Parts: sequence; C-alpha cells; structure tokens
Amino acid sequence: MNLLRAERIKLFSTRAPWWCLAIAVIAPLGITALFFGLAGPEIPANIGTTQLGTGNGRTVLLVLAVLVTASEFNWGTMRLTFQAVPSRVPALLAKVTVVGALALVLGLFDSFASWGLASVVAPDADLTPHTGADWRTLLGQGVVFLLTAVLGVGVALLLRNVALSLTLVLVWTQVLEGVIVFIPGVGKHIYQWMPFYASQQFTGGGGFASGALGLPAPPLGPWGYLGYFAAICVGLFGAGVWLTQRRDA
Amino acid sequence: MIEATALRKSYGDTVAVNELTFTAHAGRVTGFLGPNGAGKSTTMRLILGLDTPDSGTVTIEGTPYRHLKDPLKTVGAMLDAMWRHPGRSARDHLRWLAATNGLPDKRADEVLALVGLTSVAKTRVAQYSLGMQQRLGIAASLLGDPRVLLYDEPVNGLDPEGIVWIRQLMHALAAEGRTVFVSSHLLPEMAQTAQDLVVIGRGRLIYQGTTADFVARTSEHGVRVRTPHADELRTALAEGNAEFTETDGAFVVSGVDSDRIGELAFAAGATLHELSPITGTLEQAYLDLTSEAVEFPAAATPGATR
Repeated sequence: MNLLRAERIKLFSTRAPWWCLAIAVIAPLGITALFFGLAGPEIPANIGTTQLGTGNGRTVLLVLAVLVTASEFNWGTMRLTFQAVPSRVPALLAKVTVVGALALVLGLFDSFASWGLASVVAPDADLTPHTGADWRTLLGQGVVFLLTAVLGVGVALLLRNVALSLTLVLVWTQVLEGVIVFIPGVGKHIYQWMPFYASQQFTGGGGFASGALGLPAPPLGPWGYLGYFAAICVGLFGAGVWLTQRRDA
Repeated sequence: MIEATALRKSYGDTVAVNELTFTAHAGRVTGFLGPNGAGKSTTMRLILGLDTPDSGTVTIEGTPYRHLKDPLKTVGAMLDAMWRHPGRSARDHLRWLAATNGLPDKRADEVLALVGLTSVAKTRVAQYSLGMQQRLGIAASLLGDPRVLLYDEPVNGLDPEGIVWIRQLMHALAAEGRTVFVSSHLLPEMAQTAQDLVVIGRGRLIYQGTTADFVARTSEHGVRVRTPHADELRTALAEGNAEFTETDGAFVVSGVDSDRIGELAFAAGATLHELSPITGTLEQAYLDLTSEAVEFPAAATPGATR
C-alpha cells in the first residue's frame, strides 16, 4: 500500500500526466462529435463507429505510460526509488498497478463518453448495445487501455530513455503496423499478428476501412486475440522488470 | 557503522574499485577522499546496492543494504542532488519518497523545516538555486531519521555560507551518534569537516585513519637550518646520520627531527640562526600521496617540479 501511495503521488504531482489525460479525453470525444455530426448517410452509425476516436486516446495513454516511467530514468528518481526499495520489483509492480488503474478508468470513460456523445449528436441512430459483441466493444476498451499501459511501462523499462521509447512506440503504432500490410504476399498475414491489430480484433468494430484491405479471415477469435495481446504486453513488462532487477541502476 | 571488505567493481576493462576495505564508525564524520575518478561515487553506489560489486561485501550496521527493511530508516543518502523531477514541488518530492518507507507526510514538512525550505515547499524544484537543491537532497536523506548518512560531494558548487551550513550539520549529526560518511575531492574542506579519513586513488585504499594522523604523518618535509658555522654543522650532521641539502647558505635536513638537530649543533659548537620544521600543507600531503593514483594526470608544469 505504501508503494502504491508513493507511485500515486509521483504520477499526479507533475504536469505531463495531466496534459496527457486532458488530450486523451478531448481528442476521442472531439473526433466522435465531428464524425457523427458531419458524416453523411454512407457512413454507418453503430456501436463500432462510436469507438473510432478511442484509439487516439489510447495512443496518448501509451505516451503517458512511457513518459512517467522513462522520465524517472532521465531525472534519476528511479535510482532514488531503488534506494528506498532495494528489491526493486515491488516498486515496479506498484508503478504498473497505478498507471494501469488509471488506464482502465480512462479507457472506460473514453468508450462510454464517446458512445454517449454519439447518441446525443445522432439521436436517430440505433446505438443501443444489443449483443455481447456490442458490450465487448464498449467495455473492452478498459482492458485494452490497461494492457497498453502495461506495454508502455515495459518498453520504458527496457529502453530507459524518454526520447527513444516514445519514438519507438509512436513509430510502431502510427507507421509500422499500418505499412506492414502493404508488403506483397506475406504482409497481410504478418499484419494479422501485430499487437495493436490484435487489440482491435478483440474490441471489434475494426473500422469501415479494413474491408478495403482485403485481409484473409483472422487466425484467432476475439478472445484469442485478447490473450495474444495480453501475452505481448505482460511479456514486455516482465522482460523490463527482469532486466531492471539485474542491471546496475 | 559502514564496513566494506575487499570491494571490487569494474566496468568493462576499467577497474573502478579495487579490493577496497575500510570502516566508517558511528559518532564520527568520516571523509572519503580521492581525486576525481578515484572510485568514490562507485563505492557509494555499491554501499547503497544501486550497483552490484563483482566481489567483496559492504554492510551497514552489519546488514547488506539490499536486506534492509525500509532502508530510509537506517540509511539516509544524497548521491546526487539532481535526482529529482524539476516539475515537482519539494514537498511532493519528499512525500513520495517518505511514502515508499511508510513514513507520514508530516516527516516531509519536518525535514523541510530542518533545512529551511518551508517557505518554498510548494514551489517547483526547477526554480530552486543549486544551494536549495542541495538542501532538498539533504532533507530527503533525513526523512527516516537514519543512523547512517552518506553524502557524495555535498558542498560542490555551494557558496561559503552553504558550505559552513553543511559542515555544521555533519558535525551535529555525528555528535548525535550517527555515522556520517562524506566524500570530497577537496582536502581543505575535509580537513575541517572530517575526524577520520578514508583516502583512495584509482579505486585502491591509500590511507585510513584519523585526519590528525594523516596530517602529522605526511606533512613534515624536513627542517630548515641556518648557521655561520657551516663546516662544524656539516660534520655533526654526517656523524648523526642525517640527510641534508644546502641551498643559499641554508641546510634542509631530513631523517632526524629538529630536537636532535639542535643537540647535534650544540655538541659541535655551531651557533644556529634558524631551526624551523618545514610543515607542508595538508593539500601538499594529499597531492604527494595521490599523485601516483590520479587517473588523468596533467602534463608536468615546467619549473614546478619539486
């Protein structure tokens, strides 16, 4: 409990996390409002399309998770933390718990707020969740945000550098995953094993554009993809903890 | 008490700390002295378990650092005053650190008062002067009211007022029975602060003992003697097995002390116009001892060889 309190104080006592949170809320809601306000009849209004902006919130959250971990190495507060908690692992678990809990709350807020906003902007559309898949699309954002935070902390522990970690996660999520699909032949199959594609397969509502890519049938179901994504996130965090424990601080 | 036994740590091909054994005792300020690059900071990190030694052990009150429960209550340390987030207030910085070891927020306020930062407790640390950041680092070291304190170069970059403040604080902490282990590459500062010295060069122990002994053992560089009866004195010194050189009509005698020289001169009937021990400065003694052990020696200055 002491360590959770320490990490909570750390998280909320600098400005960057607050800025990230503000952007991670405003950006998805803004996108949703514009989309439902301006989209013509050719765009279907359904539960899936209410979540088109949520991914942007998740990217900002990933930045937050990387930032609050990697900056501790840059500023030296990680050494101070290890001085106070020489076994190191409990402190790292406390950090991932606090950042993960924040991510869970943020994910649920983004998803339900986007859905609620869409219902207000497009009152005629049927946006009532009917099926289990609909609920998975809404509730699943919380889980995906949580796992994304775990991944962000893990990458930062492995690289121990703000600029390097941020560049890696942003290039990966914004560029690399998207272009792999265009590799002739195997590209489409590799794409279907990319972590953030996997997370989207879990929440469903993969967007109205993915049909145009002509992807083969996905190799896993939604829950299989969740397990796959979770394994990658927890694996990276575990590797980060293992390395941090062994390395000189 | 801090006890290091045969500590060794290398980074790649560079041996930073080499078979280092020393003890820092409770109730005393122990100065940890050596040129830049001698391995002082590495040793500090080994003591705090931040780095793992290749071999050897170091214990605090008999326990390795990594086995201490809530270590801030046993050991307070400031290895680098810059280990803080500049966007965080001093109070929040101390609050999170206190929380890790189950200490209440009240302790943060208490140590801030102790170092005189109460009025700026809620100011972002980025706006602090260097001296204020040092004070914050010292406040952090005192959070758990620890028995053992470690400071790495605490007076670096401080103004004279700050230096005096830190020196008095170290004395006060040691007087309360705590172990105070403080590193510096500045000998004059250590001579005024430390009762004991651990001197290292290139990662090896050069001297361990009291500061007074260090000064006495290393500061006598001979005795200067002037006499109008040079021939008599020369003979007497030779018979007394003393070594001497003559420059500008004066002798510089070594190997015997000034009492013996006076007796030899008296017996030989040589009148003395001067009989004065040449006491080098502490700085000189330190340079003599560590000159072999400087990692990056400057090229010899022409005409400055002694």
